[in-house]
Amino acid sequence: MSESAEPFAAERTAGARHGWLAGVNPVAKLAASAVIALPLVFTLDIVSAAVAVVLECVLFLFAGLSWRTFWIRTAPVWIAAPLTGVTIALYGRSSGTVVFEWFIMRVSEGSLELALATFLRVLAIALPSVVLFVTVDPTDLADGLAQVWRLPARFVMGALAGLRMVGLFIDDWRALELARRARGVADAGRLRRFFGMAFALLVLSIRRGSKLATAMEARGFGADTPRTFARESRFGASGWILVAIAAAVSIIAVAAAVATGAFNFILGPQD
Amino acid sequence: MNTAGTRPARIDARGWGWRHAGRAAWAVAGLELRIDAGERVLLLGASGSGKSTLLHGLAGVLGGDEEGEAAGELLVDGAPAAAARGRAGLVLQDPDSQVILARVGDDVAFGCENLGVPREQIWPRVHDALDAVGLDVALDRPTKALSGGQKQRLALAGAVAMRPGLLLLDEPTANLDPRGVGEVVGAVGRVLDATGATLVVVEHRVDAWLPLVNRVIVLGAGEAGTTVVADGSPQAVLGGTGATLAAAGVWVPGFGPRHPSPPTTAEAETLLDATGLAISRVHRPRKASDAAFAPNVVAREIALDVRAGSALAVTGPNGAGKSTLGLTIAGLLAPVAGRVRAAPILAGELGPDPMRWRSRELLTRIGTVFQDPEHQLLSATVRGELEVGPRALGLGQAEMDARIEPLLERLRLDRLARANPYTLSGGEKRRLTVAAALATAPRMLVLDEPTFGQDARTWAELVALLAELRDEGTGIVVVTHDDDVVRALHAKRYALEVQR
Repeated sequence: MSESAEPFAAERTAGARHGWLAGVNPVAKLAASAVIALPLVFTLDIVSAAVAVVLECVLFLFAGLSWRTFWIRTAPVWIAAPLTGVTIALYGRSSGTVVFEWFIMRVSEGSLELALATFLRVLAIALPSVVLFVTVDPTDLADGLAQVWRLPARFVMGALAGLRMVGLFIDDWRALELARRARGVADAGRLRRFFGMAFALLVLSIRRGSKLATAMEARGFGADTPRTFARESRFGASGWILVAIAAAVSIIAVAAAVATGAFNFILGPQD
Repeated sequence: MNTAGTRPARIDARGWGWRHAGRAAWAVAGLELRIDAGERVLLLGASGSGKSTLLHGLAGVLGGDEEGEAAGELLVDGAPAAAARGRAGLVLQDPDSQVILARVGDDVAFGCENLGVPREQIWPRVHDALDAVGLDVALDRPTKALSGGQKQRLALAGAVAMRPGLLLLDEPTANLDPRGVGEVVGAVGRVLDATGATLVVVEHRVDAWLPLVNRVIVLGAGEAGTTVVADGSPQAVLGGTGATLAAAGVWVPGFGPRHPSPPTTAEAETLLDATGLAISRVHRPRKASDAAFAPNVVAREIALDVRAGSALAVTGPNGAGKSTLGLTIAGLLAPVAGRVRAAPILAGELGPDPMRWRSRELLTRIGTVFQDPEHQLLSATVRGELEVGPRALGLGQAEMDARIEPLLERLRLDRLARANPYTLSGGEKRRLTVAAALATAPRMLVLDEPTFGQDARTWAELVALLAELRDEGTGIVVVTHDDDVVRALHAKRYALEVQR
């Protein structure tokens, strides 16, 4: 292998991590998700969310994601969004004609409209976030946060190293479960056992964490020397393009809502 | 390897001591020691003599005033060790807790980044370090896919990339299988030959390290603080104090722990047998027909039987599924295919499938000792830990005491009866979990790596105890990569290979 300063670019082929989007700085993806989400969080109408979803779906075609990956990764969103909608329809603030009523459930025209707006909103915010983050590698994100946004390296790298321990916790949890069966205490008291295991896991994770901290310190982590970065993280033109696209989606969505008179700013005067 | 920038370090301890915060006793006190640049030192001593503390002190990772109190001076090249970041590289015992980043190249580069090495110099250093330790994998290889020996060499490469003048190794091979031990020792030898760095290594199993070192220092804790009990060439020290060291738990060649006598009784009837077994740690089969080919299956077509009064050793390299097999025949994991069947002599009034027994019903039938003792600790005291099983069986206090007292004494836990299990040493924890399993007198005992990282004294005690249980008619299953255990117990061997 050649000793270039960026030895991974050519080799990174795992999973969905290729295509145009994979080369965009993770920080740009974070910013783009925020730019799309922001206006949608502060409005509550059908038009802006619907326009955003439609535009996003067109853009997804160019994201370089296979259909299979797309549906697998976004499946939770497709489940959560309708559930949110149904909840709002049943229990949301009602207005207009009441369509259906039973106990505390009351479905009205107003709550149905609210439900549809919420459903679309969840899709419009969550789908692009999922699609953008499928191609984000945690290490690259940490590099970006530390170099592009200049967040403290101590905090970012510490969080990154800690994240890697999550897999160990899952193994620990399984072992704790089996060990309790082996020790004869797994027949009853499920709730109490759960808390006991949670506490044991906490103790184990603190121990693992302090060992990891020692290993990191032994490699000079936390010293006063200014830290350098082995991998350069550049925001670059592609980053700006992605953020610009996200901004365009937001602007078009809000503009469409204003133009049709549907615009409903949640902090503004209520009708 | 490019050795520019590597200058062997000199060590001076002048009345140095360290007391961990919240402890009354000093871990190290009044230590006087000098190690010259380029020396290769094996540091020995009984457990509690302060070896690890000294190593951590030299690496500058003992921490500040909140972590403990220091006395005297500990100098690396004449400067306080704590201020000499980057002069020392430290490799610790546990392979899993030393991996810092997700990709091999990034992990090795981590130390260089922290030292502020310019980017264009980092990647050549990473390549040199990986070459030096003989870890020939792609830079973007996921670190979690490495074996234990590879992880330890990765940690070594991470230290080497910092170009330290002092290499500190704290039991770097205690958790490895024999192949991993060879890999790591070989890698350290190549690094030292290339850099000439000073080496201080702490390790119970000295035989693997003897060809590499030219000085052995034995620490002892006495009235006057930490003293150097013996110091000199390996031949002189081990020849002179070998017997004393062996008694203190060090594995000295020629003074190895005594093996128990062979089985006194002939092998008796089968307690449990397994046929056509396919095992997995997570998978639960939906269809029996395709289950044997499920992706998570680590081993298949396993057939074995566990007999009363006999020991069975499950051996094989890391990742072959030894622990999973142990848990499966212990009635804790359901097999993906095939079956585990307990004979009526073991099952009693219950059915033959141990997975269908209740947790409490396992206690008198199959006892399990896990690889990591901390996974199975349940109580706030050592004594409480031993009472868990008998209490679940509904035994009265008198009978409980009658069982627990002899166990506490037998496993040298009587003085620790009120201690919190989490505060025990590794060897004490191991003895505790074995005692806890024995408190309910199971007919069959499954132990996962019971001798992992144990000193020679604990090793000898455990093996003697297992041999005694075997001769009393218990069926013993040990999952191990320690060939000495297999030999000492005269165990039958069931060898697993890495599949896939």
